[in-house]
Amino acid sequence: MTIREMSQLLDAEILCGDCPDTQVKSACGSDMMSDVLAFVKNRAVLLTGLVNAQVIHTAEMMDMVCVVFVRSKKPGDDMIRLAQESGIAVLTSPKRMYEACGILYSHGLKGDGEIDE
Amino acid sequence: MSESLTFHYEVDGDNFTSAGQASVKVKKHLRELGLDAETIRRVSIAMYEGEINMVIHASGGFADVTVDDKCVTIVLTDRGPGIADVEQAMQEGFSTARDNIRSLGFGAGMGLPNMKRYTDSMEINSVVGEGTVITMKVNL
Repeated sequence: MTIREMSQLLDAEILCGDCPDTQVKSACGSDMMSDVLAFVKNRAVLLTGLVNAQVIHTAEMMDMVCVVFVRSKKPGDDMIRLAQESGIAVLTSPKRMYEACGILYSHGLKGDGEIDE
Repeated sequence: MSESLTFHYEVDGDNFTSAGQASVKVKKHLRELGLDAETIRRVSIAMYEGEINMVIHASGGFADVTVDDKCVTIVLTDRGPGIADVEQAMQEGFSTARDNIRSLGFGAGMGLPNMKRYTDSMEINSVVGEGTVITMKVNL
């Protein structure tokens, strides 16, 4: 699934990200960043309702390609700048977390979130 | 790599927003050195968790990262309250972080376990009332 397809499925606005055709391979939905950091998969998207700079740092540490803020949450300019510097696309969707995750999952984007021991 | 390279960072304990900046810089340096992506990810996640811990629990500290031909060594030093029971602190889900930290996305009791998970060795030297030194190694 591409970032563009994901934005369409989630009625999301792309706030930054130069490459909407980038492929997303796996996904993780959480507001606890340490739980996100326990999960390793390539080319992942993070869905979250948490809005602070640590969300972008966490995504960068994990080599994630995209962050989706649910419930229409919008990050500030500082966070957008951080994401741009790290090459991470940022979306905002009016969907709630459960619904957003369900939509992506049912369209084939699986979690693959086993913890890498 | 014939010689070792060391990077030194100060971790500002007063600013949660800027926490993680040292880890971002380390990640950039390791990329420039041409290390493989998996190694870089393991080092940066372990260091990032450590950096967050230093800000949450210890009012900041120092991070020293050394790269030689065998491994990447991360030494995190703080003058915080120390860890009374290291074994307990290593259990997933155990946390002494305040509720306001949880609302910022941390304090789930996964920091130290994640640091151990992503490194090949981790040693914690902590003295209550004096501080903590954590040494982690990721083999190349």
